[in-house]
Amino acid sequence: MTESNGQDGNRHPPSRLSHGHHGHGHDHDRHDGHGHEHRHGVAALGPAADDALVSARGVTVERDGRALLENIDLDIGPNEIVTVIGPNGAGKSTLVRALLGLIPTTRGTVLRRSGLVVGYAPQRFDVDRAMPITVERFLRLGAAADDVRVRSSLREVGASRVAGQQIANLSGGELQRVILARALLRDPHLLVLDEPVRGVDYAGEAELYELIGTLRDAHKLGVLLVSHDLHVVMAKSDRVVCINRHVCCSGIPHTVARDPEYVRLFGEDAARAFAVYHHEHDHRHDLAGEAEPAATRGETAPKRPGE
Amino acid sequence: MEPFLIRALAAGIGLAVIAAPLGCFLVWQRMAFFGETVAQASLIGVALALALNLDVTATVLVASVAVSLLLLALGRQKLVPVDTLLSLLAHSSLAIGVLATALVKGRSIDLMSFLFGDILAVTRDDLMWIGLCGIGVLITLARIWRPLLSIAVHDELAAAEGVARDRVQTVFVVLLAIVIAMAMKIVGVLLTVAFLIIPAAAARPLATTPEGMARLAAGLGAAGVLGGLMLSMTADTPGGPSIVAALALIAAATLTWASAKR
Repeated sequence: MTESNGQDGNRHPPSRLSHGHHGHGHDHDRHDGHGHEHRHGVAALGPAADDALVSARGVTVERDGRALLENIDLDIGPNEIVTVIGPNGAGKSTLVRALLGLIPTTRGTVLRRSGLVVGYAPQRFDVDRAMPITVERFLRLGAAADDVRVRSSLREVGASRVAGQQIANLSGGELQRVILARALLRDPHLLVLDEPVRGVDYAGEAELYELIGTLRDAHKLGVLLVSHDLHVVMAKSDRVVCINRHVCCSGIPHTVARDPEYVRLFGEDAARAFAVYHHEHDHRHDLAGEAEPAATRGETAPKRPGE
Repeated sequence: MEPFLIRALAAGIGLAVIAAPLGCFLVWQRMAFFGETVAQASLIGVALALALNLDVTATVLVASVAVSLLLLALGRQKLVPVDTLLSLLAHSSLAIGVLATALVKGRSIDLMSFLFGDILAVTRDDLMWIGLCGIGVLITLARIWRPLLSIAVHDELAAAEGVARDRVQTVFVVLLAIVIAMAMKIVGVLLTVAFLIIPAAAARPLATTPEGMARLAAGLGAAGVLGGLMLSMTADTPGGPSIVAALALIAAATLTWASAKR
């Protein structure tokens, strides 16, 4: 089972229909990687719309008459890290599920490149102690693989040590790496990571993001990263899409942080903290805006893009 | 050994082996209450068979498969919490089943034998049913084992990786209904799910792999049947409850051992 789009036959099919606008430009103005003030219908399109791994056009998801997502346009290209950020309840996980075809869309289309293999790391991963299963076996549930491949994928995510352990005994950080290894074992074109740093401490968080960047380079993966973390993620991304049910703004990390929509959504403090993070190295700002010496973060400062 | 005792042993141990892997999935997927509801609803099948003068085993089989598919569909509604719904259906169908069997005239029936089973009354036909269904269930289960296991570990991840979640789950639920219908003979409507769940729970602390847990559950289940039948023969106690009590003793032992070790 390698086809990620081979979902249950009785689900709604819009995700497999082609869309009239695809490949011909679209209703929305195209914004080439800059943040903009429009509140609705801002297209979160990157430079690679035509050979996109996944393309969403006008995706709306409603439940009980309430819109969870409104008119979302989003492309994820090969070898591109797209970070989706937004406050709690913004519909980030709903967007991920719609893109993966796990839930039907009320309106709009999701187009996945044919034969696309997805490696997915879901947000909620509570391993039931009732299930006795080792890490190696867990990895093999996602893809048939021999011992050599299983071990090399564990090595790649730095989780070789836990190969024989029970899944239920892993720490949050170990579990995230193991889930990442399971995704990699499928030889995916696209990694979809829904809040991969949940339950991981700050140092582990930066390391994990570093790892995701490394994996992208090594495997030429497209990466869709969902986060409510406003500082670390953005530095690693090629493109940041800020959503709050609709796409508020999108662009390279730098532009987005200055976007009035971003400031409105996350507040002045967050925007300032983000900006400081990019321009200075000797300290960072905590949630209250107080400066902390960089030493408390040790080696965790991730590389900045450019500059 | 008396022939009836040999039949009882064969039926009990056979069912323990068939029920073990399904019991594990009930535990892994937290579906104990689902199984309970199917089991109690199967009493309506008994009433139906008596009223329409149909074969009891076949009617119960059809009824429990129908009920389990209905429950699967109802589980997707959002109106009532699923456990509330299951509780409502389990107990109302038990009540209706008992009422209906009481109202059915003509054939004299022993309600207790349906509620708590009558393993010592297992016939050659029963054995044949258990054998045929058992082989069918185990072969089918083996075929869906990997996707089903993947769903049990994380169903959304499984779906994202291309597992046909609904189809696999439907097949599983049908298999479960078949085993529940068969187990009713041995331990009765009220103790059927115990027969599925307790061996799996007892096996959990001793197992390191899912398959290991299923095999251990089969072994412990068979041991429980043996112990229960011995108790039943020596102390003249009812078969079904004796078996479940023996299983409970085994589970208490392994779980205590596991918590002492920790």
